[in-house]
Amino acid sequence: MISVENLSKQYGATTVVDGVSMVIERNSITVIVGTSGSGKSTLLRMINRLIEPTRGRVLIDGHDTTGEPAHLLRRRIGYAIQGHGLFPHRTVAENIATVPRLLGWDEARIRARVEELLLVFQLDPGAYAGAFPHQLSGGQQQRVGVARALAAEPAVLLMDEPFGALDPIIRAKAQDDLLDIQRRFGTTIVLVTHDMDEAFRLGDHVAVMSHGRLLQYDRPAVLLTRPADPFVSRMTGVSDRAMRLLSLTTAGEAALPGVSEGPAVAAAASLREVLSELLWRGADSAVVMDADGTRRGYLTIAAILERGRPG
Amino acid sequence: MSVRTALTVPRLRRLDPLGALLAGAGAVAAVFLPFVVLKSNRIVPGDPRGLLDALPAWGALGCQAVLICAAIAALGVSNARVRLGAALLGVAAVALAVAAAGDALTPAGNKVVRVAPGAGFWVLLMCLGLMATDAVTRMRPGPGLRVLFLALSIVVAGLALAHGTFDHLSVMREYAVNADRFAREARQHVWLALGSLAAAVLVALPIGILCHRVPRLRSGVLGTLNVIQTIPAIALFGILMVPLAALAAAVPLAAALGIRGIGAAPAAVALFLYSLLPIAANTVAGLKRVPRAAVEAARGMGMTSWQILTGIELILALPVILTGIRIVLVQNIGMVTVAALIGGGGLGTFVFQGIGQTAIDLVLLGAIPIVALAFSAAVVLDALAEVLDRARQ
Amino acid sequence: MPGMAAILRLAALALLLGFLLMPQSFAPLFTPLTQYGAPPIYDQGNLLTLALAHLGVVCCAAAASTLVAVGLGILVTRPSGAQFLPLSRTLVNIGQTFPPVAVLAVTVPLVGFGEKPTLIALFAYGLLPIFENTIVGLQTCPPQVLEAASGMGMSARQRLLSVELPLALPLILEGIRLSLVINVGTATIGSTVAAKGLGEVIIAGLLSNNNAFILQGGLVTGLMAILLYDALAGLERRICRTAHLE
Ligand SMILES: Nc1ncnc2c1ncn2[C@@H]1O[C@H](COP(=O)(O)OP(=O)(O)OP(=O)(O)O)[C@@H](O)[C@H]1O
Ligand SMILES: [Mg+2]
Repeated sequence: MISVENLSKQYGATTVVDGVSMVIERNSITVIVGTSGSGKSTLLRMINRLIEPTRGRVLIDGHDTTGEPAHLLRRRIGYAIQGHGLFPHRTVAENIATVPRLLGWDEARIRARVEELLLVFQLDPGAYAGAFPHQLSGGQQQRVGVARALAAEPAVLLMDEPFGALDPIIRAKAQDDLLDIQRRFGTTIVLVTHDMDEAFRLGDHVAVMSHGRLLQYDRPAVLLTRPADPFVSRMTGVSDRAMRLLSLTTAGEAALPGVSEGPAVAAAASLREVLSELLWRGADSAVVMDADGTRRGYLTIAAILERGRPG
Repeated sequence: MSVRTALTVPRLRRLDPLGALLAGAGAVAAVFLPFVVLKSNRIVPGDPRGLLDALPAWGALGCQAVLICAAIAALGVSNARVRLGAALLGVAAVALAVAAAGDALTPAGNKVVRVAPGAGFWVLLMCLGLMATDAVTRMRPGPGLRVLFLALSIVVAGLALAHGTFDHLSVMREYAVNADRFAREARQHVWLALGSLAAAVLVALPIGILCHRVPRLRSGVLGTLNVIQTIPAIALFGILMVPLAALAAAVPLAAALGIRGIGAAPAAVALFLYSLLPIAANTVAGLKRVPRAAVEAARGMGMTSWQILTGIELILALPVILTGIRIVLVQNIGMVTVAALIGGGGLGTFVFQGIGQTAIDLVLLGAIPIVALAFSAAVVLDALAEVLDRARQ
Repeated sequence: MPGMAAILRLAALALLLGFLLMPQSFAPLFTPLTQYGAPPIYDQGNLLTLALAHLGVVCCAAAASTLVAVGLGILVTRPSGAQFLPLSRTLVNIGQTFPPVAVLAVTVPLVGFGEKPTLIALFAYGLLPIFENTIVGLQTCPPQVLEAASGMGMSARQRLLSVELPLALPLILEGIRLSLVINVGTATIGSTVAAKGLGEVIIAGLLSNNNAFILQGGLVTGLMAILLYDALAGLERRICRTAHLE
């Protein structure tokens, strides 16, 4: 669990992060969104102390992060950035092994971990371990960047626009991979993005920032339906189209095969209506019923939001 | 911040590290190193004199007062203009002090005794110069202002020299002895540097254009020019002397034109050869920078290839070409010095004579104007390239 | 083309070594340039010894310049030395307008004749290109790479040693090469201040009016400079290729 307590950063007279407090649950993905210059990266970089806060503090599992030297703290926290930042003079395997080496792991363990990660990220160790970054495609470089951030089995992974440099098709794939990885390793992920759809797709929680302040921090569905601020609705307004899309699709068309718990909804209802129903009842999933009372299948909030994603 | 508050309320809380370094070095130089050296003739080692022994008391105290002000400004003032002002005042004070020391220590009518600036003077001058350079760097003056600074410095230095302020110093003594030769060699120096540059522009520009148009030629031609650049100047002079001597012997016209194995001809040819690479390479780089769209548009409007070249491409490439010319001019001014070794003349004559006689005053008589020339050329051409580059955008 | 370059390179090397080892066998070529039975081949010293002395001075000075210049370059690109960066830039620019000969000439009266002034001048002048390239190399490291390095928990020192310096290496090597080439030329002039070196041959030719000396001095020095430049460029390409830094 990460507790951010009243965190602020000032450069001279300008305040770029202003009194942000939030609690990030363990094993969840938290996405920070906001316009350019709203202080997202600054907030993220204060968590691993690449930037020292002017005021406030960050606790990880109850321990104040200022309690240890910054570079040792960072070795425990994964960090992945846009454009991957791979070391051009080191092979893929050496890149991934960076933090384990800094931590003094023995060579056999490092080798095993590198191999495991390459396999997880669908890179054949035989072909790619000895390759140099410039020999990889953009998508592969990005995967190596994330693999490198995860190498020392960090409990927390910070990502600053990790998919920003990827084209839309590869990006969707990379997002799927990230969800898999998160489930697999149970990492707590904090991710910054410009892309609302990415936020809704990945985030268990979404934080909306503007001018250094945290406007709303909640589950995506709540952000969509109960924005706390006109700015938030304008931010999510990128997905106005998504809401319209949801009104055009019926629950029957979208129902997933299978059984699930939850309230029953009519197959003829629009997804928008189903979403409101679920949020109203605080449930995660609903059972879709045909007019004749037979079960058609089920729907989850995530699946509905997924439907609303354009493209 | 006015000068007064700056000086009376120095912000010593934040001591400027560079200022501390310079003030420390300057203080050591002023106290422990000889300010001037008194020599009974031009080549014997001299008798060192500190600032206090070299000047009348009021002069020494005045100079020290100005230096202390400069040190305070260096330590505690952050305003760049104030720092520059203090540094320049310091330079003036040190220069006047060394001139006054020359006047005071030279017995009337004595032409043999030499008063030379000592290590203390040079270190002080260097510290103050660094302080001024740092201030100017922080002020980021535009090209116009930089040239104006340069012109002002030249005028001030020229007036001081014309007025005879420094006449009792050893370098000026050497000048007095060599006055007419100095003018001749200086002219020869500039002439060699500029002449070879002009010839190189005429040849290297077409080479550059050709290399740009025919990419196949590029690596070969530029590679060859690069090989020429790596040959040391004096070696290239030597290599050229033999064929030029042969030419003079075989073709009377060549000899009549002043081409000989020894002298200015091999120097001029070598400088010309050295100048080719920077200009040709920068022409290629400059032309490469021209946006394709501009050329396409011009072609679309029906301009001929020649019109596109002269009206669009070369104009757009000019700042980069000019940078090449700057490199060449500065390089040539330095390299002409070596021409003196093969009888090519120029200010290097004094440098090498000075080395031969271990007469540092004579060396300086040649070296100071060379450095001043090269520095001025760099400032002016840099400014020109910057103005053109801005006009382009 | 590469084949051609290799042949030229080998031929130049063979010529240089042949001449340095067995100068007398080239005598017939140089005899037409002499007058009044003057010796066609330099006879006031061993050419090989001179060439080695020349190289020695150049390399010693370059090693010292490299150490100091790279050290200073690192210093002014750290946060603690950042204040000195603009000034250092300006100083390098001004320094490069000083002709190397002037530096040499001014040193002589201060330290006397011989190897010393040459070494000092070579050292001082050799600093400039290395310092400049070190700064540029360290400053042009891709910011994301540096960010990633710090983000992963490298200390400032680890980041410098294992990321920044390796990435700046190609430019630093280029600086060293430029400085070596300038040094070969300046060391030639060092012979006018009685430093041992190949300039001696040319100077002797000038003094005794012997064109054969002048030409062979010029050729040997020129060949050595070109081969040195070429060898260093090759070494640079090789280091960069194995480190994948092109
Ligand atoms: N070192 C610094 N000094 C002064 N201002 C800074 C510094 N770093 C960042 N800022 C300012 O702080 C503000 C927030 O920057 P930050 O990088 O956190 O924004 P961001 O939300 O990540 O933007 P983007 O989406 O463009 O990456 C910006 O206005 C930026 O100009
Ligand atoms: Mg950002």
